[in-house]
Amino acid sequence: MRKVLGVFFFFCVLVIVVSVANPRFLGTDNLRNQGRWIGEFGIVSLGEGLVIITGGIDLSVGSVIALVATALPLLLTEYDFPVLFAVICVLSIATSLGLIHGLLITKMRLQPFVVTLCGLFVYRGVTRVFAGDLTQGYGTGFETLFLLVKGHLFGLPMPLVLLLCATLVIGVFLHRTVHGRYLLALGRNEQAARYSGIRTDRMIIIAYTLCGTCAGVSGVLLSLDINSMQPSNFGSFYELYAIAAAVLGGCSLRGGEGHVLGIVLGTAILRILLNAIILLRIPSSAEFAVIGGVLLLGVTTDEFVKRYAARRRAAQRAPS
Amino acid sequence: MAASDASIEAPLVLEVRAVSKRFPGVQALDGVDLTLGRGEVLAVVGENGAGKSTLMKVLGGVHPPDDGEIRVDGRPVTIESVNAAMDLGISLLHQELNLADNLDVAGNVMLGREPRIGGRFGWVPRRALEAEAIPHMRRVGLDVSPRTLVSDLPIGQQQLVEIAKALSTRARVLIMDEPTSSLSARESELLFHTIADLRGQGVSIIYISHRLGEVKEVADRVTVLRDGRNAGDLTRDEIGHDAMVRLMVGRDVEAFYQRTDAHPTGDNVERATFQVERLRTAAHPDHELTFTLRGGEIVGLAGLVGAGRTELARTLFGIDPPIAGTVTLAGKRIALRSAHDAIAAGIALVPEDRKQHGLVLAMPVMENVSLAGLGEMNRAGWINATRERSLADAMIGLLKIRTPSRHQITEFLSGGNQQKVVLGKWLATEPRVLILDEPTRGIDVGAKAEIYQHMETLAARGVAMLMISSEMEEVINMSDRVLVMHEGRLAGELQRDALGEEAIMRLATGGFAEASEHA
Repeated sequence: MRKVLGVFFFFCVLVIVVSVANPRFLGTDNLRNQGRWIGEFGIVSLGEGLVIITGGIDLSVGSVIALVATALPLLLTEYDFPVLFAVICVLSIATSLGLIHGLLITKMRLQPFVVTLCGLFVYRGVTRVFAGDLTQGYGTGFETLFLLVKGHLFGLPMPLVLLLCATLVIGVFLHRTVHGRYLLALGRNEQAARYSGIRTDRMIIIAYTLCGTCAGVSGVLLSLDINSMQPSNFGSFYELYAIAAAVLGGCSLRGGEGHVLGIVLGTAILRILLNAIILLRIPSSAEFAVIGGVLLLGVTTDEFVKRYAARRRAAQRAPS
Repeated sequence: MAASDASIEAPLVLEVRAVSKRFPGVQALDGVDLTLGRGEVLAVVGENGAGKSTLMKVLGGVHPPDDGEIRVDGRPVTIESVNAAMDLGISLLHQELNLADNLDVAGNVMLGREPRIGGRFGWVPRRALEAEAIPHMRRVGLDVSPRTLVSDLPIGQQQLVEIAKALSTRARVLIMDEPTSSLSARESELLFHTIADLRGQGVSIIYISHRLGEVKEVADRVTVLRDGRNAGDLTRDEIGHDAMVRLMVGRDVEAFYQRTDAHPTGDNVERATFQVERLRTAAHPDHELTFTLRGGEIVGLAGLVGAGRTELARTLFGIDPPIAGTVTLAGKRIALRSAHDAIAAGIALVPEDRKQHGLVLAMPVMENVSLAGLGEMNRAGWINATRERSLADAMIGLLKIRTPSRHQITEFLSGGNQQKVVLGKWLATEPRVLILDEPTRGIDVGAKAEIYQHMETLAARGVAMLMISSEMEEVINMSDRVLVMHEGRLAGELQRDALGEEAIMRLATGGFAEASEHA
C-alpha cells in the first residue's frame, strides 16, 4: 500500500507538470480521451498484473487483443452474428486461450515466458489468416455496441467506468478473498504455498484465464474505439505496455507483490506520458525512449527507497 | 599427540576476545572468546542455536560483530567483508557447497583469480590455469584430472575442490561448517585424512560439527558454546562424548525433555489412529511401509540422511502422492493426492526446510499463521479480518511468539520464533495427525524447550505425532517409540525402554556393526 502511495505521488507530479506545461491537457475533450484510453489499456494491465503477481508473465495479450479486435467486426459484418452472441464468442475465445496458457504452464510445467511467447506468434498469425490480412472495421450501425466506448456515465467515458468496475471486482478478489491471498503467497513462495495446502496449480490457471478475459475485454473496447484494425500490427507491443503499467504500478516480476490501484495508476501514468509527448511537442518518435526512461527511473527510485528503508531499520536496531 | 603438543606452544594465529553479536530478538553471541594456534584443529561444538554459525560468520566477514576484538597474528583487525577475511587468510567453507558445478575442477579452484593474458581482455590460458590449480589439488589429495567437470565428481571430492579453492587464496585458517553433513562414512574418513595433512602443513582449522564422534577423531581441542556464550574448553585428553554433552546442554537432560508416561485415552485418541499400510513412496518405490500411529503418541522417525524419512513425510502429506498402499485415519481411508487433501483429512506437516516450505518469509506473521486454515474458516472465500487477527493474536500468545506485532514480516523473526509461526499455522487447522520434520533444527535452546512443551500438550490432547529427527537426544527423550529407516525401508521399531543411541544407529546403518559406532 505504501508503494501505491508512492505511485500516486508520481502520478500527481506528472499531472501537475503536464498541466502547467500545456493547459490544454485539462481540457474536457482531452481528459475524456485520456480517460477512454486509460480504461481500454487498464483492463488488460489488470490481467497482466494478476499473472505477474503469480511470478509469471503473459506476452500474448497483444496478439489476443488483435485476434479479438479483428474477429469481432468479422463475426458481425461477414457472418451476421447477433451482437451479444458475437461479443460472448470473442470473450470466450480470449478466456480459453488464457486457460490453455494456464494449463500448459501448470500441468506441462512449461515456462510462462515460452508458452505466452508462442501465443504471441501463433495468435498474430491466426489473426492475419482469419482476416485475410485485410483491415477490419465495423462499418456503419452497431450504435448500442459503440456506447461501450462512446457513452458516458456520470460524465466519465464508458471504458473508464468499465475499468473502475474491473478494478473493484479484481481488487476485492485480490485483496479481500482467500484466493487473492493465495495468489500473493504462491507468487512469493510457491513451495510454501503448496505445503500450506493451497492448490497452487488451480490458482495459477485462474490468473492466466482472467488475464485472457481482460485482454479480450480490452480488445473489444480498443477495436470499437479505433474501428480500423490492421491484422498485421494492431495490438503490437500492447503486452509490453501492460507489463510496463503493472511494473510502474508496483508489481514485481519476482512475484508476490502488487496492488490493483497501483496497476491502474501505472496505466494512467503511461497514457499521460504518451499524451504529454504530443502536448509538449516532443517528436513522437521519442515515445518509446520516454516510456523506457520513465520506467527505469521508477524502478530505480523504488530500489533506492527500499534500500534507504532497510538501512534505517538496521540503524534503529543496532543500539538495542 | 605430537600435533597437539606443538599447537600449545605454537603462536596464536587467531584470537577472539569478548565478541558479541545481536540479531533482532536474539543475542546470538554474548562475549565469546576463542583462540586458535598454528596447525591446530579446533572443534567448536554446541547445540543448534548456540552461536557456532554466527561466530564463524563473524570470523568469515559475513556479519560484522557488534562488540569485542579479533586478533590475527597478534594484531587487532576488523573483518568487515568476506574479501577482508580472505586477505587475512581466513576462509569460510559453508555447509552447502558453493561451486559452479558446470565448470571443471581447475576452473573452480581458480575462480575469480584466473591467470590472464592481455590484462582486461582476460583471455584465460588453459595450461597456466591448470598449472596453478594442480598444486592446490595435490595438497588436499584430490587425485582427478583438473578438467573433470565438478558435477561429475562425488560429493566428497567436490568438498575437496572447495577446500583447494580456499587454499588457493592462501588461506591459513579454514573454517569448516558441518563438512560431513552430506558425506558418506568413507568420504568422511577421506576428509579426516585431508584435515590431518593440512594440519601437518601448518594450516589451522576450525571444525564445526554436532557429530561428536567425528570431533573425537579430528580435534586437538574443543570449545563448547551454549546460548551464545563460552560453556567451556576441553583439551585433547578431556575430549569425550559425555564431557561434551554436559557442557553443551548445561542442565539435566532429563528435565529438559518433559515427557510424561501417562497416555490419554478416549474419543480423541480413537479419532487420531493413523494407519499406514503397504505404502510405497515415489522416492523408494521398491519398499512397502506399514506402521500405525496412535492418538496421544509421539513416534520418533530416525535414520541417516537420505534414508527416506523426509520423502515419507512428503508422501503422507500429499506433496508427493503415494504410488501404492492405503492410509486410514480413524478407520476411514483417506486420499492423498495433494497437501490440500491431507489438511482436509486432519494431517499437518511442519516441514524440514522452514524458509522454503514452511513460511512465506516476506509475509507478515498474521498471514502466515492463517495461510493453511484460511480456506476452512472462510468457505465463501471472504477473509474475515477480525477473525484472522484474533487467530494470529491467539497463536502469538499461546506459542509465545516474540514479535513486535502480528504485522511483522516473518523474515525478521529469529529461527525459533519463525518455527513457532509454522507450528501456529498448523495448530490453527486443529490437526489430528502432526508430522514434524526436524522440528527444532537451527533454533535456540529456549524455543526448543517450548516446542517440546507444546508437543507434550498436543499429545495429551490426543494428537498423533510423527517426529523426524537427526538429533539423537531429541529422538530418545521425546519419543514413545521410534521407527528407524534405512535406505527407504523400515529397518525396525524400538520401544521406549529399548531406546538408545547404539540401538538406533545399528538399525539406521542397516545393521552393519562396523559402521554403527558413530558416537
